[in-house]
Amino acid sequence: MPDVQALVNDFLNKLKKRKIEGSQATAKQTAELLRSVISQQRVPYTNQAGALIDSVRAIGEQLIAANPIELAVGNIVRRVLHIIREEDLSLTTAAVTELNLSTISDDDDDDGGGNQDDHPVLSAAAVAAAARSSLRPPSLQMLLEGAPEFVAVPRSSSSGGDSEGKSKSMDRNSRTRKLKHDVIEAVNELIQDITTCHELIAEQAVEHIHQNEVILTLGSSKTVLEFLCAAKEKKRSFRVFVAEGAPRYQGHLLAKELAARGLQTTVITDSAVFAMISRVNMVIVGSHAVMANGGVIAPVGMNMVALAAQKHAVPFVVLAGIHKLCPLYPHNPEVLLNELRSPSELLDFGEFSDCLDFGSGDGSPLLHVVNPTFDYVPPKVVSLFITDTGGHNPSYMYRLIADYYSADDLVVQRRHSAVN
Amino acid sequence: MDARRGSLPVPRVRQVGFFTPNAQPAPTRSQSGPPDSSSPPLSDSPASNSLSPVMIPPPRHHSDNLAAAPRPTSPLPVPEPSPFRRRGADNNNALLVGSYNPAETLLAMSPSSSHVGDGESEETMSGGWFRRSNSGKLASSLPSGTFDFSPVQSTAEALKPNKVQNPVGISVLNNTILAEVSARPAPKEQQPEAPSSSKQPKPKLTKAERRALQESQRAAKAAAKAVAAPEEVATIKSVKQHQTQKKDAPQVAVSVAASERKGGDKSQEKERRKDAPAPRMQFDDKSRVEKAKRRSVVDQTEAKKRVELFRHLPQYEHGTQLADLESKFLQLDPMHPAIYKVGLQYLAGDISGGNARCIAMLQAFQQVVKDYSTPPEKTLPRDLTAKISSYVSFFTQCRPLSMSMGNAIRFLKNRIAKLSPSLSESESKSSICTDIDRFINEKIVLADRVIVQHASSKVKDGDVLLVYGSSCVVEMVLLHSHELGKQFRVIVVDSRPKLEGKALLRRLVAKGVHCTYTHINAVSYVMHEVTKVFLGASSVLSNGTVYSRVGTACVAMVAHAFRVPVIICCEAYKFHERVQLDSICSNELGDPDAIGKVPGRMDVNYLNDVSNSGNLQLLNLMYDATPADYVSMIVTDYGMIPPTSVPVIVREYRRDHLLI
Repeated sequence: MPDVQALVNDFLNKLKKRKIEGSQATAKQTAELLRSVISQQRVPYTNQAGALIDSVRAIGEQLIAANPIELAVGNIVRRVLHIIREEDLSLTTAAVTELNLSTISDDDDDDGGGNQDDHPVLSAAAVAAAARSSLRPPSLQMLLEGAPEFVAVPRSSSSGGDSEGKSKSMDRNSRTRKLKHDVIEAVNELIQDITTCHELIAEQAVEHIHQNEVILTLGSSKTVLEFLCAAKEKKRSFRVFVAEGAPRYQGHLLAKELAARGLQTTVITDSAVFAMISRVNMVIVGSHAVMANGGVIAPVGMNMVALAAQKHAVPFVVLAGIHKLCPLYPHNPEVLLNELRSPSELLDFGEFSDCLDFGSGDGSPLLHVVNPTFDYVPPKVVSLFITDTGGHNPSYMYRLIADYYSADDLVVQRRHSAVN
Repeated sequence: MDARRGSLPVPRVRQVGFFTPNAQPAPTRSQSGPPDSSSPPLSDSPASNSLSPVMIPPPRHHSDNLAAAPRPTSPLPVPEPSPFRRRGADNNNALLVGSYNPAETLLAMSPSSSHVGDGESEETMSGGWFRRSNSGKLASSLPSGTFDFSPVQSTAEALKPNKVQNPVGISVLNNTILAEVSARPAPKEQQPEAPSSSKQPKPKLTKAERRALQESQRAAKAAAKAVAAPEEVATIKSVKQHQTQKKDAPQVAVSVAASERKGGDKSQEKERRKDAPAPRMQFDDKSRVEKAKRRSVVDQTEAKKRVELFRHLPQYEHGTQLADLESKFLQLDPMHPAIYKVGLQYLAGDISGGNARCIAMLQAFQQVVKDYSTPPEKTLPRDLTAKISSYVSFFTQCRPLSMSMGNAIRFLKNRIAKLSPSLSESESKSSICTDIDRFINEKIVLADRVIVQHASSKVKDGDVLLVYGSSCVVEMVLLHSHELGKQFRVIVVDSRPKLEGKALLRRLVAKGVHCTYTHINAVSYVMHEVTKVFLGASSVLSNGTVYSRVGTACVAMVAHAFRVPVIICCEAYKFHERVQLDSICSNELGDPDAIGKVPGRMDVNYLNDVSNSGNLQLLNLMYDATPADYVSMIVTDYGMIPPTSVPVIVREYRRDHLLI
């Protein structure tokens, strides 16, 4: 336990000091941290899932508070919570089916009515679990029969635990271990997904980039780099304009990489974006996070690019790994989901001290320097999202969220504080 | 159609006047002047290109006097090509008129086609042949034949839809032909034919035959060519060969004409009427670039890695010219030190900003005029105009001229041309000097004052004004509003690589204006609180497009998206009748290395070592074109107008503008 705490503190520190850059790295490290948290967590006999969830959530809350702008942290915490719930459900379902099979011989779990008499709680949970875990749509039969209210199913984890306790001889040790084991397996898969999301996205490059295309991008994104290079490897030849992305100049980095990989690359200033966009066939950019409404939090300057692309009817394509998909709806994201960096990137320290008169005036400084990190791109100017799972419209993003997060976890923090 | 028609009558007139005088005075200088100017706005001798009315008058005087032909056409504000080119065109016309008319009027086909060719792109050709024409022949032919026939021809053209085809065919040929033009002396007969033959392809036989008949009268060679031409359609080169061969024969006269010819080539660049301002030098046209290079004073090394899209714009290795220029200083005999100084300042970037550059140029010209003395056997207007043209081309080599400078040069040349011949030299000089002073005063200084008055009336207490880059008019507006005691905040948006906003910020802060400073990327972030956007402009084009420092379009676009009014402050002398839809076709390329280096940021050095990799290019655009949709209002010395009214101003005030 103490070693976990040390890990957590270390990670918190890094987050607070913004030592970790890039949502992918953050997501991966968060997942690894949570994995070790889970593996170290002692699980009680009853309600193991609940215990896991509580501990993950407690740590998740700290992590999110450490860097609320890095939405990937929250996303991963929610994903892990979701995984725990899912695993628990599937175990319960398995148990219940077994139970059902032993007590009432031939009943399917589809046949909810028959079960309800004997084991109302169990069967309801089982049906709900079956329906939810597979995420399959309700069957026609269910719809016709008025369907048991899945919504009404109580907290499945606890009920499962309770029922398990009541039920006769399911050896607890094995189940406990199995839950943890399954969860850790699933988290490993998640980490795997995060690491390989570039490849999955890049595989789709050939479907979107044709010969002689002119592509514009801004700033630097590993995903974009891999995407473009994947198309290049398929013998497509095209040109790339890279807006440098002042004041961080990540575009220089990307341009250097692209040129090193043999792509025709041209670096332009950010101000020349509008001038060049009329000759560009497609804008392909990375993102910091994708919100539930399809809006994008992206490196500063992206909104300008998106507007210019819209003006010239150039497709604006956002590449995003699924770990960037945030289940929250943004409110005033330009300000609330933004971060102001050091003014020293714009003006040298003391550069204006000679002409500033600090002694006079009402005390409010004469000069402000604004250096935001992110830009919010509203969904209406985004043409397409390309994720590991394929291309999606901005309007579809809310639906993807249902696949990866459970509704109970959307608000990690408030739930926790209420408990406290 | 209009353009063609218009062109016909004008050229003749022009020709007579220009012809003789021009050739003799200062061949070398004149040559360098117009063609070199590759700069987007003014490209050819600025005065010459779009300002037709301005340029014309001087030649006309002479011509009128000399030829004694009645030139009533002059009053027409026909668009005029550069003086040099004009000559060429005129000659052509004259020749055509004189020789062809009888036959052509009947057929009507061939003459029209030839004219079209000239107007469109054949300038080089025309240059070749007018050269010859400059001799007494032309003059003689003109008075008699030209006048009567011109209308006939024009009507004939108008009637014929066939002509339309010609330009297409011709244009293809032109490029290739152009390359050779420089080398060859063109016999006059030949010229008309070549274009015609090229055009022929579609209606082949009939036209070809007709032409052949016509030509046969002239010369056996010519006829042969014409016949051959239709067959050759695909192979342009063969055509060239014919031409070159023929030329060999007439070469005797060539040597004399050679000097003149160059001037002609340059002049060719502009056949466009004033409505269609002269085409700029296109730097992807190798032959022209070569020619221009030979003429150029400033020896600039062309950048090796160039962006494909911008091959038509000049791009030079930065910093190579200064030393070279210095070494050449003593060789540049006619270069006035004031001109030289200002040119170097342009080159080094010490003077920037439309107004500053324009004023510096005008003052240098003033100095030139003061020190000027008319050489013997020359007349002041013509010689001075030629001198100024050569200076302008020097400026252009230092840095492409802005459109506002083009307008100023137009004005100056116009004034010189309009000088009354009865004035003594000293009187003329002082009159020119006062004119220049007046232009600076009225068109720039006073205009700015009016603009400041208007614009600051739009600043209200509590406003948050966003400004981009550093525009001196906008700065004056802000300072004036501040002096009026208005309470407002200014957001200075800046962009790489010049970071001009820093200087503005410094001046504003020193005056106690509340400022916020940020880079252009963050413009969406700050736009929420902005109530008005004030922008400067390098030029406002007659379709309402604002041509300004790169990034202006971005700022205007974001402001538009956030429903913030965009106010452009621009003096009316910067208005230009040119139109432009994008920022690619004409622009200026800055030093690409400035992109890779980020001063003051040691951590950003990714591009330091890569600059020689073949795949990586750096593009430093200087200007962009803001669509009129984004502009709410343009504040100018004639008041506050919507962008749609720009062409009205250009049209209604141009005369006044030129005449002051």
